[in-house]
Amino acid sequence: MALTTVPDPTRRGTGSARARHGAGGRIRQSEGLAGYVFLSPWLVGLMAITAIPMLLSLYLSFTNYDILTPFSEVEWVGLANYERMFTSDPSYWHAVRVTLTFALVAVPLKLAAALGVALLLNRAWRGVGLFRSLFYLPSLLGGSVALAIVWVNMFNRDGAFNSMLALFGIEGKPWVNDPDWALETLMVLAIWQFGAPMVIFLAGLKQVPTELYEAASVDGAGRWRQFRAVTLPMLSPVIFFNLVLETINGFQGFTAAFVLSNGTGGPVDSTLMYTLNLYIKGFTDLEMGYASAMAWVFLIAIGVITAVFFSTGRFWVHYSDGEDR
Amino acid sequence: MIGTSVKSQQEIVSNIGLLPKEFTPGNYVDGWTNFDLSFGRFFLNSAMVSLLTVVGNAVSCLLAAYAFARLRFRLRGMWFAIMIGTLLLPGHVLIVPQYILFRSLGLVGGEWPYLPLLIPQFLATEAFFVFLMVQFMRGIPRELDEAAKIDGASAFGIFRHVILPLSRPALVTTAIFSFIWTWNDFFRQLVFLSSLEDYTVPVALTLFIDSTSQSAVGPMFAMSVLSLLPVFLFFLAFQRMLVEGINTSGLKG
Repeated sequence: MALTTVPDPTRRGTGSARARHGAGGRIRQSEGLAGYVFLSPWLVGLMAITAIPMLLSLYLSFTNYDILTPFSEVEWVGLANYERMFTSDPSYWHAVRVTLTFALVAVPLKLAAALGVALLLNRAWRGVGLFRSLFYLPSLLGGSVALAIVWVNMFNRDGAFNSMLALFGIEGKPWVNDPDWALETLMVLAIWQFGAPMVIFLAGLKQVPTELYEAASVDGAGRWRQFRAVTLPMLSPVIFFNLVLETINGFQGFTAAFVLSNGTGGPVDSTLMYTLNLYIKGFTDLEMGYASAMAWVFLIAIGVITAVFFSTGRFWVHYSDGEDR
Repeated sequence: MIGTSVKSQQEIVSNIGLLPKEFTPGNYVDGWTNFDLSFGRFFLNSAMVSLLTVVGNAVSCLLAAYAFARLRFRLRGMWFAIMIGTLLLPGHVLIVPQYILFRSLGLVGGEWPYLPLLIPQFLATEAFFVFLMVQFMRGIPRELDEAAKIDGASAFGIFRHVILPLSRPALVTTAIFSFIWTWNDFFRQLVFLSSLEDYTVPVALTLFIDSTSQSAVGPMFAMSVLSLLPVFLFFLAFQRMLVEGINTSGLKG
Protein backbone atom coordinates (compact mmCIF):
# COMPACT_ATOMS: atom_id res chain seq x y z
CA MET A 1 0.00 0.00 0.00
CA ALA A 2 2.29 2.72 1.25
CA LEU A 3 5.34 1.04 -0.08
CA THR A 4 5.39 2.43 -3.57
CA THR A 5 5.64 6.00 -2.39
CA VAL A 6 8.86 5.55 -0.47
CA PRO A 7 12.03 6.52 -2.26
CA ASP A 8 13.72 3.32 -3.21
CA PRO A 9 17.49 3.37 -2.97
CA THR A 10 17.77 0.50 -5.38
CA ARG A 11 16.47 2.71 -8.16
CA ARG A 12 19.26 5.13 -7.66
CA GLY A 13 22.56 4.63 -9.31
CA THR A 14 21.34 1.70 -11.38
CA GLY A 15 23.65 2.96 -14.07
CA SER A 16 26.78 2.59 -12.03
CA ALA A 17 25.55 -0.75 -10.77
CA ARG A 18 25.25 -1.97 -14.31
CA ALA A 19 28.76 -0.75 -15.02
CA ARG A 20 30.02 -2.71 -12.07
CA HIS A 21 28.15 -5.80 -13.12
CA GLY A 22 30.01 -5.55 -16.34
CA ALA A 23 33.30 -5.34 -14.52
CA GLY A 24 32.99 -8.89 -13.38
CA GLY A 25 30.55 -11.28 -11.82
CA ARG A 26 32.88 -12.19 -9.02
CA ILE A 27 32.78 -8.79 -7.34
CA ARG A 28 29.04 -8.81 -7.55
CA GLN A 29 28.85 -12.26 -6.09
CA SER A 30 31.06 -11.50 -3.10
CA GLU A 31 29.15 -8.30 -2.54
CA GLY A 32 25.93 -10.23 -2.60
CA LEU A 33 27.24 -12.54 0.08
CA ALA A 34 28.51 -9.61 2.13
CA GLY A 35 25.10 -7.99 1.75
CA TYR A 36 23.40 -10.92 3.39
CA VAL A 37 26.05 -11.14 6.10
CA PHE A 38 25.49 -7.51 7.03
CA LEU A 39 21.76 -7.96 6.78
CA SER A 40 21.67 -11.12 8.88
CA PRO A 41 20.81 -9.57 12.29
CA TRP A 42 17.94 -7.72 10.70
CA LEU A 43 16.80 -10.80 8.81
CA VAL A 44 16.83 -12.92 11.96
CA GLY A 45 14.93 -10.15 13.74
CA LEU A 46 12.41 -9.93 10.93
CA MET A 47 11.74 -13.64 11.08
CA ALA A 48 11.87 -14.26 14.82
CA ILE A 49 10.51 -11.02 16.22
CA THR A 50 8.13 -9.91 13.50
CA ALA A 51 7.10 -12.47 10.88
CA ILE A 52 6.69 -15.60 12.99
CA PRO A 53 4.88 -13.74 15.81
CA MET A 54 2.57 -12.25 13.22
CA LEU A 55 1.69 -15.66 11.83
CA LEU A 56 1.35 -17.01 15.35
CA SER A 57 -0.99 -14.18 16.27
CA LEU A 58 -3.05 -14.80 13.15
CA TYR A 59 -3.37 -18.44 14.13
CA LEU A 60 -4.17 -17.61 17.74
CA SER A 61 -6.88 -15.22 16.68
CA PHE A 62 -8.87 -18.28 15.61
CA THR A 63 -8.37 -20.02 18.94
CA ASN A 64 -9.36 -19.59 22.55
CA TYR A 65 -5.75 -19.51 23.74
CA ASP A 66 -5.38 -18.24 27.30
CA ILE A 67 -1.66 -18.87 28.02
CA LEU A 68 -2.46 -21.20 30.90
CA THR A 69 -3.48 -24.20 28.85
CA PRO A 70 -0.68 -25.88 26.90
CA PHE A 71 -0.52 -25.40 23.16
CA SER A 72 -1.58 -28.95 22.45
CA GLU A 73 -4.95 -28.37 24.03
CA VAL A 74 -5.68 -25.09 22.32
CA GLU A 75 -9.08 -25.15 20.75
CA TRP A 76 -9.72 -23.90 17.25
CA VAL A 77 -12.79 -21.71 17.44
CA GLY A 78 -12.91 -20.44 13.88
CA LEU A 79 -14.30 -16.97 13.53
CA ALA A 80 -15.82 -16.92 17.00
CA ASN A 81 -13.42 -14.26 18.29
CA TYR A 82 -14.17 -11.98 15.38
CA GLU A 83 -17.86 -12.63 15.69
CA ARG A 84 -17.79 -11.78 19.37
CA MET A 85 -15.83 -8.64 18.69
CA PHE A 86 -18.23 -7.31 16.11
CA THR A 87 -21.53 -8.49 17.51
CA SER A 88 -21.53 -9.27 21.21
CA ASP A 89 -18.79 -7.28 22.90
CA PRO A 90 -20.02 -3.76 23.64
CA SER A 91 -16.67 -2.80 25.17
CA TYR A 92 -15.03 -3.42 21.81
CA TRP A 93 -17.16 -0.95 19.90
CA HIS A 94 -16.94 1.45 22.77
CA ALA A 95 -13.15 1.37 22.58
CA VAL A 96 -13.31 1.90 18.82
CA ARG A 97 -15.49 4.96 19.35
CA VAL A 98 -13.21 6.35 22.05
CA THR A 99 -10.15 5.87 19.87
CA LEU A 100 -11.77 7.39 16.79
CA THR A 101 -13.01 10.38 18.78
CA PHE A 102 -9.58 10.86 20.23
CA ALA A 103 -7.83 10.67 16.87
CA LEU A 104 -10.38 12.79 15.00
CA VAL A 105 -10.17 15.63 17.50
CA ALA A 106 -6.62 15.50 18.79
CA VAL A 107 -4.74 14.88 15.54
CA PRO A 108 -6.08 17.85 13.51
CA LEU A 109 -5.75 20.21 16.47
CA LYS A 110 -2.26 19.02 17.18
CA LEU A 111 -1.23 19.51 13.57
CA ALA A 112 -2.85 22.95 13.47
CA ALA A 113 -0.98 23.95 16.62
CA ALA A 114 2.24 22.56 15.20
CA LEU A 115 1.83 24.44 11.93
CA GLY A 116 0.81 27.68 13.64
CA VAL A 117 3.75 27.70 15.99
CA ALA A 118 6.11 26.61 13.21
CA LEU A 119 4.99 29.63 11.15
CA LEU A 120 5.72 31.90 14.11
CA LEU A 121 9.08 30.34 14.79
CA ASN A 122 10.10 30.37 11.15
CA ARG A 123 10.88 34.07 11.36
CA ALA A 124 14.27 35.16 12.53
CA TRP A 125 14.03 36.88 15.88
CA ARG A 126 16.06 36.84 19.00
CA GLY A 127 15.67 33.80 21.13
CA VAL A 128 13.80 31.83 18.47
CA GLY A 129 16.08 28.85 19.05
CA LEU A 130 15.19 28.73 22.70
CA PHE A 131 11.49 28.69 21.90
CA ARG A 132 11.97 25.94 19.37
CA SER A 133 13.58 23.81 22.06
CA LEU A 134 10.95 24.71 24.64
CA PHE A 135 8.12 23.68 22.35
CA TYR A 136 9.89 20.50 21.40
CA LEU A 137 10.61 19.30 24.92
CA PRO A 138 7.07 18.11 25.81
CA SER A 139 7.10 15.97 22.69
CA LEU A 140 10.29 14.33 23.77
CA LEU A 141 8.86 13.46 27.15
CA GLY A 142 5.81 12.35 25.16
CA GLY A 143 4.74 8.92 26.25
CA SER A 144 6.40 8.99 29.63
CA VAL A 145 4.54 7.87 32.69
CA ALA A 146 5.91 10.77 34.73
CA LEU A 147 4.39 13.35 32.42
CA ALA A 148 1.03 11.60 32.46
CA ILE A 149 1.12 11.48 36.26
CA VAL A 150 1.78 15.19 36.45
CA TRP A 151 -0.94 15.87 33.93
CA VAL A 152 -3.51 13.81 35.79
CA ASN A 153 -2.69 15.62 39.00
CA MET A 154 -2.94 18.98 37.31
CA PHE A 155 -6.50 18.19 36.27
CA ASN A 156 -7.54 16.67 39.56
CA ARG A 157 -10.17 18.28 41.73
CA ASP A 158 -7.43 19.97 43.76
CA GLY A 159 -5.10 20.30 40.79
CA ALA A 160 -3.34 23.35 39.45
CA PHE A 161 -5.84 23.82 36.64
CA ASN A 162 -8.78 24.22 38.98
CA SER A 163 -6.76 26.51 41.21
CA MET A 164 -6.15 28.69 38.18
CA LEU A 165 -9.84 28.70 37.32
CA ALA A 166 -10.59 29.62 40.89
CA LEU A 167 -8.54 32.78 40.47
CA PHE A 168 -11.08 33.85 37.87
CA GLY A 169 -13.93 32.79 40.07
CA ILE A 170 -14.76 29.77 37.97
CA GLU A 171 -15.55 26.60 39.80
CA GLY A 172 -13.67 23.67 38.36
CA LYS A 173 -14.58 20.03 38.30
CA PRO A 174 -12.64 16.81 38.86
CA TRP A 175 -11.81 16.66 35.16
CA VAL A 176 -10.02 13.33 35.14
CA ASN A 177 -12.72 11.66 37.20
CA ASP A 178 -15.57 13.00 35.14
CA PRO A 179 -16.52 10.56 32.36
CA ASP A 180 -17.54 13.51 30.20
CA TRP A 181 -14.15 15.18 30.49
CA ALA A 182 -11.50 12.52 31.06
CA LEU A 183 -10.93 11.88 27.37
CA GLU A 184 -10.78 15.61 26.67
CA THR A 185 -8.05 15.90 29.27
CA LEU A 186 -6.08 13.27 27.39
CA MET A 187 -6.67 15.13 24.14
CA VAL A 188 -5.28 18.35 25.58
CA LEU A 189 -2.22 16.44 26.75
CA ALA A 190 -1.72 14.98 23.27
CA ILE A 191 -2.20 18.33 21.55
CA TRP A 192 0.27 19.96 23.89
CA GLN A 193 2.92 17.57 22.61
CA PHE A 194 2.95 19.12 19.17
CA GLY A 195 6.72 19.62 19.17
CA ALA A 196 7.70 16.75 16.89
CA PRO A 197 5.42 17.64 13.96
CA MET A 198 6.31 21.29 14.56
CA VAL A 199 10.00 20.63 14.00
CA ILE A 200 9.16 18.75 10.81
CA PHE A 201 7.00 21.65 9.64
CA LEU A 202 9.87 24.03 10.34
CA ALA A 203 12.13 21.95 8.17
CA GLY A 204 9.50 22.03 5.44
CA LEU A 205 9.03 25.79 5.67
CA LYS A 206 12.73 26.30 5.16
CA GLN A 207 12.43 24.54 1.80
CA VAL A 208 9.91 26.98 0.38
CA PRO A 209 11.79 29.28 -2.02
CA THR A 210 11.50 32.92 -0.99
CA GLU A 211 11.12 33.92 -4.65
CA LEU A 212 7.63 32.47 -4.57
CA TYR A 213 6.62 34.84 -1.80
CA GLU A 214 8.26 37.75 -3.59
CA ALA A 215 6.44 36.91 -6.80
CA ALA A 216 3.18 36.56 -4.89
CA SER A 217 3.54 39.90 -3.16
CA VAL A 218 4.43 41.56 -6.50
CA ASP A 219 1.15 40.18 -7.76
CA GLY A 220 -0.51 41.89 -4.82
CA ALA A 221 -1.23 38.86 -2.67
CA GLY A 222 -1.70 39.58 1.01
CA ARG A 223 -0.47 37.50 3.92
CA TRP A 224 -3.45 35.16 3.97
CA ARG A 225 -3.44 34.72 0.23
CA GLN A 226 0.29 33.96 0.29
CA PHE A 227 -0.28 31.39 2.99
CA ARG A 228 -3.02 29.70 1.01
CA ALA A 229 -1.47 29.93 -2.45
CA VAL A 230 2.19 29.40 -1.62
CA THR A 231 2.80 27.99 1.83
CA LEU A 232 0.07 25.36 1.97
CA PRO A 233 0.72 23.75 -1.42
CA MET A 234 4.48 23.87 -0.99
CA LEU A 235 4.12 22.35 2.44
CA SER A 236 1.59 19.71 1.46
CA PRO A 237 4.07 16.80 1.35
CA VAL A 238 5.16 17.62 4.88
CA ILE A 239 1.58 18.07 6.04
CA PHE A 240 0.81 14.71 4.52
CA PHE A 241 3.76 13.05 6.21
CA ASN A 242 2.79 14.49 9.60
CA LEU A 243 -0.85 13.60 9.11
CA VAL A 244 -0.10 9.95 8.42
CA LEU A 245 2.38 9.64 11.28
CA GLU A 246 0.26 11.46 13.83
CA THR A 247 -2.88 9.53 12.91
CA ILE A 248 -1.11 6.23 13.36
CA ASN A 249 0.34 7.55 16.61
CA GLY A 250 -3.04 8.80 17.76
CA PHE A 251 -4.57 5.37 17.34
CA GLN A 252 -1.88 3.88 19.52
CA GLY A 253 -2.26 6.15 22.55
CA PHE A 254 -1.74 3.97 25.58
CA THR A 255 0.41 5.34 28.38
CA ALA A 256 -1.62 8.41 29.28
CA ALA A 257 -4.89 6.48 29.20
CA PHE A 258 -3.38 3.74 31.32
CA VAL A 259 -2.05 6.16 33.91
CA LEU A 260 -5.18 8.27 34.05
CA SER A 261 -7.43 5.30 34.63
CA ASN A 262 -4.97 3.16 36.55
CA GLY A 263 -5.16 0.61 33.77
CA THR A 264 -8.93 0.28 33.68
CA GLY A 265 -9.98 2.67 30.93
CA GLY A 266 -12.23 4.44 33.40
CA PRO A 267 -13.98 6.51 34.59
CA VAL A 268 -16.90 4.54 33.14
CA ASP A 269 -14.75 3.36 30.22
CA SER A 270 -14.41 6.93 28.96
CA THR A 271 -10.68 6.50 28.26
CA LEU A 272 -10.80 2.89 27.07
CA MET A 273 -8.48 3.33 24.10
CA TYR A 274 -8.21 0.45 21.65
CA THR A 275 -4.72 -0.52 22.74
CA LEU A 276 -5.64 -0.31 26.39
CA ASN A 277 -8.62 -2.56 25.74
CA LEU A 278 -6.31 -4.97 23.94
CA TYR A 279 -3.91 -4.97 26.87
CA ILE A 280 -6.71 -5.63 29.35
CA LYS A 281 -8.15 -8.47 27.28
CA GLY A 282 -4.76 -10.07 26.65
CA PHE A 283 -2.82 -9.54 29.84
CA THR A 284 -5.43 -8.99 32.54
CA ASP A 285 -8.20 -11.31 31.37
CA LEU A 286 -5.65 -13.60 29.67
CA GLU A 287 -7.87 -13.98 26.62
CA MET A 288 -4.92 -14.02 24.28
CA GLY A 289 -6.77 -15.52 21.35
CA TYR A 290 -9.33 -12.76 21.50
CA ALA A 291 -6.63 -10.12 21.97
CA SER A 292 -4.85 -11.47 18.89
CA ALA A 293 -8.01 -11.08 16.87
CA MET A 294 -8.29 -7.50 18.11
CA ALA A 295 -4.68 -6.88 17.11
CA TRP A 296 -5.31 -8.12 13.60
CA VAL A 297 -8.36 -5.96 13.11
CA PHE A 298 -6.30 -3.05 14.42
CA LEU A 299 -3.53 -3.77 11.94
CA ILE A 300 -5.96 -4.02 9.04
CA ALA A 301 -7.70 -0.83 10.10
CA ILE A 302 -4.43 1.08 10.20
CA GLY A 303 -3.49 -0.37 6.84
CA VAL A 304 -6.81 0.70 5.33
CA ILE A 305 -6.56 4.19 6.81
CA THR A 306 -3.01 4.61 5.52
CA ALA A 307 -4.11 3.39 2.11
CA VAL A 308 -6.99 5.87 2.09
CA PHE A 309 -4.58 8.66 2.99
CA PHE A 310 -2.24 7.74 0.20
CA SER A 311 -4.98 7.39 -2.40
CA THR A 312 -6.61 10.71 -1.49
CA GLY A 313 -3.20 12.32 -1.05
CA ARG A 314 -2.64 12.55 -4.78
CA PHE A 315 -5.44 15.11 -5.00
CA TRP A 316 -3.90 17.58 -2.61
CA VAL A 317 -0.26 16.74 -2.13
CA HIS A 318 2.01 18.61 -4.51
CA TYR A 319 5.56 17.66 -5.16
CA SER A 320 7.46 20.59 -6.54
CA ASP A 321 9.74 18.42 -8.64
CA GLY A 322 6.70 16.96 -10.35
CA GLU A 323 7.83 13.51 -9.38
CA ASP A 324 5.37 11.13 -7.82
CA ARG A 325 7.36 10.25 -4.78
CA MET B 1 5.69 20.14 39.34
CA ILE B 2 9.07 20.58 40.91
CA GLY B 3 7.35 23.00 43.27
CA THR B 4 4.87 20.38 44.36
CA SER B 5 7.60 17.84 44.86
CA VAL B 6 9.12 19.86 47.67
CA LYS B 7 5.86 20.79 49.37
CA SER B 8 4.80 19.19 52.55
CA GLN B 9 1.73 17.00 52.44
CA GLN B 10 -0.35 19.65 54.10
CA GLU B 11 0.76 22.29 51.69
CA ILE B 12 -0.02 20.26 48.58
CA VAL B 13 -3.68 20.50 49.46
CA SER B 14 -3.74 24.01 50.88
CA ASN B 15 -1.22 25.98 48.87
CA ILE B 16 -2.18 26.36 45.25
CA GLY B 17 0.80 28.53 44.33
CA LEU B 18 3.66 27.18 42.30
CA LEU B 19 6.28 27.68 44.96
CA PRO B 20 6.18 26.09 48.37
CA LYS B 21 6.12 28.32 51.42
CA GLU B 22 8.41 25.94 53.09
CA PHE B 23 11.02 23.85 51.35
CA THR B 24 10.64 20.21 52.33
CA PRO B 25 12.91 17.73 50.58
CA GLY B 26 11.27 14.94 52.53
CA ASN B 27 9.23 13.79 49.55
CA TYR B 28 12.38 12.74 47.78
CA VAL B 29 13.43 10.66 50.75
CA ASP B 30 9.95 9.18 51.12
CA GLY B 31 9.62 8.45 47.42
CA TRP B 32 13.05 6.87 47.26
CA THR B 33 12.17 4.47 50.06
CA ASN B 34 8.44 4.20 49.52
CA PHE B 35 8.49 0.54 48.51
CA ASP B 36 10.23 -2.47 49.90
CA LEU B 37 13.02 -1.61 47.50
CA SER B 38 14.89 1.63 47.10
CA PHE B 39 13.86 3.59 44.03
CA GLY B 40 17.53 3.54 43.07
CA ARG B 41 17.07 -0.06 42.06
CA PHE B 42 14.49 0.98 39.46
CA PHE B 43 16.82 3.63 38.15
CA LEU B 44 19.63 1.10 37.81
CA ASN B 45 17.30 -1.27 35.97
CA SER B 46 16.15 1.45 33.61
CA ALA B 47 19.68 2.67 32.99
CA MET B 48 20.85 -0.83 32.16
CA VAL B 49 17.97 -1.54 29.78
CA SER B 50 18.36 1.83 28.08
CA LEU B 51 22.10 1.67 27.66
CA LEU B 52 22.07 -1.88 26.32
CA THR B 53 19.28 -0.89 23.95
CA VAL B 54 21.45 1.94 22.67
CA VAL B 55 24.29 -0.47 21.97
CA GLY B 56 21.99 -2.99 20.34
CA ASN B 57 20.29 -0.48 18.08
CA ALA B 58 23.49 1.26 17.09
CA VAL B 59 25.28 -1.92 16.09
CA SER B 60 22.51 -3.91 14.47
CA CYS B 61 20.84 -1.02 12.65
CA LEU B 62 24.17 0.21 11.32
CA LEU B 63 24.96 -3.20 9.84
CA ALA B 64 21.56 -3.48 8.19
CA ALA B 65 21.67 0.09 6.94
CA TYR B 66 25.07 -0.44 5.33
CA ALA B 67 23.72 -3.43 3.46
CA PHE B 68 20.67 -1.51 2.26
CA ALA B 69 22.53 1.66 1.36
CA ARG B 70 25.66 0.33 -0.24
CA LEU B 71 25.71 -3.34 -1.10
CA ARG B 72 24.03 -4.94 -4.08
CA PHE B 73 22.48 -8.31 -3.51
CA ARG B 74 19.52 -10.25 -4.73
CA LEU B 75 16.08 -9.21 -3.52
CA ARG B 76 17.43 -6.07 -1.93
CA GLY B 77 14.51 -4.02 -3.18
CA MET B 78 12.06 -6.48 -1.68
CA TRP B 79 13.79 -6.58 1.70
CA PHE B 80 13.95 -2.81 1.75
CA ALA B 81 10.24 -2.55 1.06
CA ILE B 82 9.55 -5.02 3.86
CA MET B 83 11.76 -3.00 6.21
CA ILE B 84 9.77 0.14 5.41
CA GLY B 85 6.60 -1.87 5.90
CA THR B 86 7.61 -2.84 9.43
CA LEU B 87 7.99 0.86 10.12
CA LEU B 88 4.23 1.16 9.99
CA LEU B 89 3.59 -1.91 12.10
CA PRO B 90 2.26 -0.93 15.53
CA GLY B 91 4.02 -2.58 18.44
CA HIS B 92 0.71 -3.49 20.00
CA VAL B 93 -0.04 -5.93 17.22
CA LEU B 94 2.99 -8.06 17.98
CA ILE B 95 2.97 -7.87 21.73
CA VAL B 96 0.73 -10.86 22.42
CA PRO B 97 2.57 -13.37 20.22
CA GLN B 98 5.96 -11.99 21.26
CA TYR B 99 4.97 -12.42 24.86
CA ILE B 100 3.93 -16.01 24.20
CA LEU B 101 7.13 -16.65 22.28
CA PHE B 102 9.45 -15.27 24.94
CA ARG B 103 7.44 -16.93 27.65
CA SER B 104 7.64 -20.33 26.04
CA LEU B 105 11.40 -19.85 25.78
CA GLY B 106 11.42 -19.25 29.52
CA LEU B 107 12.66 -15.70 29.11
CA VAL B 108 9.77 -13.86 30.75
CA GLY B 109 10.58 -13.45 34.40
CA GLY B 110 13.52 -15.75 33.82
CA GLU B 111 17.07 -15.52 35.03
CA TRP B 112 17.55 -12.29 33.21
CA PRO B 113 14.10 -10.76 32.72
CA TYR B 114 15.31 -8.03 30.38
CA LEU B 115 16.07 -10.35 27.48
CA PRO B 116 12.60 -9.94 25.92
CA LEU B 117 13.19 -6.19 25.95
CA LEU B 118 16.74 -6.39 24.63
CA ILE B 119 16.82 -9.20 22.08
CA PRO B 120 14.66 -7.31 19.56
CA GLN B 121 16.93 -4.29 19.85
CA PHE B 122 19.97 -6.35 18.97
CA LEU B 123 18.20 -7.65 15.87
CA ALA B 124 17.60 -4.28 14.24
CA THR B 125 13.84 -4.43 14.66
CA GLU B 126 13.71 -0.67 15.20
CA ALA B 127 13.19 0.03 11.52
CA PHE B 128 13.20 3.75 12.06
CA PHE B 129 16.87 3.76 12.90
CA VAL B 130 17.71 1.54 9.95
CA PHE B 131 15.85 3.94 7.70
CA LEU B 132 17.54 6.95 9.29
CA MET B 133 20.98 5.48 8.72
CA VAL B 134 20.18 4.40 5.17
CA GLN B 135 19.16 7.96 4.39
CA PHE B 136 22.33 9.23 6.01
CA MET B 137 24.65 6.82 4.22
CA ARG B 138 23.18 7.70 0.88
CA GLY B 139 24.70 11.12 1.50
CA ILE B 140 28.21 9.73 1.86
CA PRO B 141 29.98 10.13 -1.50
CA ARG B 142 30.17 6.88 -3.37
CA GLU B 143 33.58 7.85 -4.71
CA LEU B 144 35.01 7.00 -1.30
CA ASP B 145 33.71 3.43 -1.63
CA GLU B 146 35.05 3.19 -5.14
CA ALA B 147 38.46 4.48 -4.11
CA ALA B 148 38.64 2.00 -1.26
CA LYS B 149 37.53 -0.75 -3.60
CA ILE B 150 40.28 0.08 -6.04
CA ASP B 151 42.70 -0.08 -3.13
CA GLY B 152 41.52 -3.61 -2.65
CA ALA B 153 39.15 -3.17 0.26
CA SER B 154 36.40 -5.73 0.70
CA ALA B 155 32.83 -4.85 1.66
CA PHE B 156 33.89 -5.33 5.27
CA GLY B 157 36.91 -3.12 4.80
CA ILE B 158 34.81 -0.36 3.28
CA PHE B 159 32.36 -0.64 6.13
CA ARG B 160 35.11 -0.55 8.72
CA HIS B 161 37.27 2.21 7.27
CA VAL B 162 34.91 4.39 5.25
CA ILE B 163 31.30 4.07 6.37
CA LEU B 164 31.73 3.49 10.09
CA PRO B 165 33.84 6.57 10.84
CA LEU B 166 31.70 8.78 8.62
CA SER B 167 28.44 7.57 10.14
CA ARG B 168 29.11 9.02 13.54
CA PRO B 169 26.44 11.74 13.35
CA ALA B 170 23.78 9.18 12.45
CA LEU B 171 25.01 6.88 15.19
CA VAL B 172 24.85 9.64 17.77
CA THR B 173 21.32 10.60 16.72
CA THR B 174 20.28 6.96 16.96
CA ALA B 175 21.90 6.61 20.36
CA ILE B 176 20.19 9.68 21.79
CA PHE B 177 16.73 8.80 20.55
CA SER B 178 17.20 5.17 21.41
CA PHE B 179 18.04 6.09 24.99
CA ILE B 180 15.21 8.57 25.44
CA TRP B 181 12.57 6.34 23.88
CA THR B 182 13.58 3.34 25.92
CA TRP B 183 13.78 5.37 29.10
CA ASN B 184 10.24 6.62 28.47
CA ASP B 185 8.85 3.39 27.10
CA PHE B 186 6.12 1.91 29.20
CA PHE B 187 4.07 -0.60 27.25
CA ARG B 188 6.69 -3.26 26.64
CA GLN B 189 8.22 -2.89 30.07
CA LEU B 190 4.80 -3.21 31.65
CA VAL B 191 4.09 -6.39 29.75
CA PHE B 192 7.43 -8.13 30.17
CA LEU B 193 8.48 -7.25 33.71
CA SER B 194 6.57 -9.01 36.41
CA SER B 195 8.44 -8.88 39.69
CA LEU B 196 9.08 -5.78 41.73
CA GLU B 197 12.84 -5.98 41.84
CA ASP B 198 13.00 -6.08 38.02
CA TYR B 199 10.78 -3.04 37.51
CA THR B 200 12.05 -0.12 35.52
CA VAL B 201 11.29 3.47 36.46
CA PRO B 202 8.09 3.91 34.40
CA VAL B 203 6.57 0.69 35.68
CA ALA B 204 7.59 1.54 39.24
CA LEU B 205 5.97 4.96 38.95
CA THR B 206 2.61 3.37 38.30
CA LEU B 207 2.88 1.71 41.71
CA PHE B 208 2.24 5.15 43.15
CA ILE B 209 -1.06 5.34 41.30
CA ASP B 210 -2.12 2.05 42.78
CA SER B 211 -1.86 3.63 46.18
CA THR B 212 -3.77 6.78 45.37
CA SER B 213 -3.95 7.72 48.99
CA GLN B 214 -3.27 11.41 49.24
CA SER B 215 -0.12 10.83 51.24
CA ALA B 216 1.71 9.48 48.20
CA VAL B 217 1.23 12.52 45.99
CA GLY B 218 4.35 14.32 47.19
CA PRO B 219 6.67 11.32 46.82
CA MET B 220 5.03 10.47 43.50
CA PHE B 221 5.82 13.93 42.18
CA ALA B 222 9.33 13.76 43.56
CA MET B 223 10.05 10.50 41.77
CA SER B 224 8.39 11.75 38.58
CA VAL B 225 10.74 14.72 38.62
CA LEU B 226 13.73 12.45 39.07
CA SER B 227 12.59 10.13 36.31
CA LEU B 228 12.42 12.99 33.83
CA LEU B 229 15.87 14.19 34.79
CA PRO B 230 17.95 11.93 32.51
CA VAL B 231 15.83 12.82 29.48
CA PHE B 232 16.01 16.47 30.39
CA LEU B 233 19.77 16.37 30.74
CA PHE B 234 20.10 14.57 27.43
CA PHE B 235 17.92 17.21 25.92
CA LEU B 236 20.04 20.05 27.26
CA ALA B 237 23.22 18.41 26.10
CA PHE B 238 22.03 17.45 22.64
CA GLN B 239 19.19 19.80 21.84
CA ARG B 240 20.79 21.15 18.68
CA MET B 241 21.41 17.65 17.45
CA LEU B 242 17.94 16.44 18.43
CA VAL B 243 16.21 19.19 16.51
CA GLU B 244 18.49 18.64 13.52
CA GLY B 245 18.06 14.92 13.77
CA ILE B 246 14.32 15.19 13.62
CA ASN B 247 14.60 17.70 10.81
CA THR B 248 16.65 15.51 8.55
CA SER B 249 14.88 12.30 9.24
CA GLY B 250 11.38 13.06 10.38
CA LEU B 251 12.03 11.13 13.56
CA LYS B 252 9.24 11.11 16.05
CA GLY B 253 9.65 12.42 19.56
